Amino acid sequence: MNELILIFISTLLVNNLVLSYFLGICPFLGVSGKIESSIGMGMAVTFVMTMATTISWLIYHLLLLKFDLIFLEYVAFILVIASLVQIVEMFIRKFSSSLYQSLGIYLPLITTNCAILGVALFMVTKKYEFFEAVIFGFSGGLGFSLVLLIMAGIREELNFADVPGNFKGAPITLITAGLLALIFMGFSGLVSS
Amino acid sequence: MYVFLKGLWKEHPIFRQLLGMCPTLAVTNTARNGLFMGLAVIFVLFFASCIVSLIKKIIPHEVRIAVYTVIIATLVTIVDIFFKAFFPDVSRALGPYVPLIIVNCIILGRCEAFASKNRLLPSLLDALGMGVGFCWGLFLLGSIRELFGSGNILGFTIFPACYNPLVVMILPAGAFLVLGFLVSAMNCIENRRKR
Repeated sequence: MNELILIFISTLLVNNLVLSYFLGICPFLGVSGKIESSIGMGMAVTFVMTMATTISWLIYHLLLLKFDLIFLEYVAFILVIASLVQIVEMFIRKFSSSLYQSLGIYLPLITTNCAILGVALFMVTKKYEFFEAVIFGFSGGLGFSLVLLIMAGIREELNFADVPGNFKGAPITLITAGLLALIFMGFSGLVSS
Repeated sequence: MYVFLKGLWKEHPIFRQLLGMCPTLAVTNTARNGLFMGLAVIFVLFFASCIVSLIKKIIPHEVRIAVYTVIIATLVTIVDIFFKAFFPDVSRALGPYVPLIIVNCIILGRCEAFASKNRLLPSLLDALGMGVGFCWGLFLLGSIRELFGSGNILGFTIFPACYNPLVVMILPAGAFLVLGFLVSAMNCIENRRKR
């Protein structure tokens, strides 16, 4: 149990996917303009990431390792993610139209979100057990949502700031992200690993 | 010729389009890592564009993204095995960021936006231009971070020994800051040229 809590906190704050592994930067810069859309994106990513990590773990350990097919790792994982996103999209559209309204447009974007594939690959290199992997995926998604939400909050305020011409748009967003990463470095003493 | 040149400056994948941010920021803590990542991306982009442009008529429209992804994943597996065999130290340093080339939006973006609509030769030129543009961007970012973070470039000492390294440059926060300033410098040059 202790192990699981440690993984949760370390993935959520200390080794945050966005700010210390640079995973999922594209949606992080693209969708963090409004708080509302960042919540939708965060929920969609958390959901798909948890599912993708779970299924990738099963495939890696039950199929690839058993039949000595490790060289197919990348192809298998990306296919899992792409088909998962497709299935989730169809499922949500069928059963909850209100959820589909809020998540719908973000789902196709998730396939190319490197955070999802990244988490699946990290899970293999870190040699996690099944439940550790599930928690890892879930907390990774939550950490992504957390940073996305903070960033959206900052950027909504930033609209009112007087930014020098050359820094407008992408540069000031990147610098803000840099400062955010500096702040998150303060968590690094929380878990020693 | 324009097809090749636009990737180098005008539609530069990193500084103008902000694509492929994840490897850009993650592996550029030294110039050498940046260079190897850039070369890997050139290889994958070149051959992915080549294959996509050749088989574009056979691919059913609905599943084209999945087909592109599988092609890219196969090429990336080749690069990964090649690095593991011939450059084990690079492979260790880049770690999971080599397989993450699969989801690098530059490659999928060029396949979808250019190679699937054009003939073989323009597609190859486009891929080469974008790849080389990406590569020099990574090398520049890596050089700056390595220079300020440890005083070296490619292992050669540039600053004298009394220089006190700015460790933050090698850390994640430094990557965001340097890239932010580089993009704004790019904007500055571009705005001045327009005037």
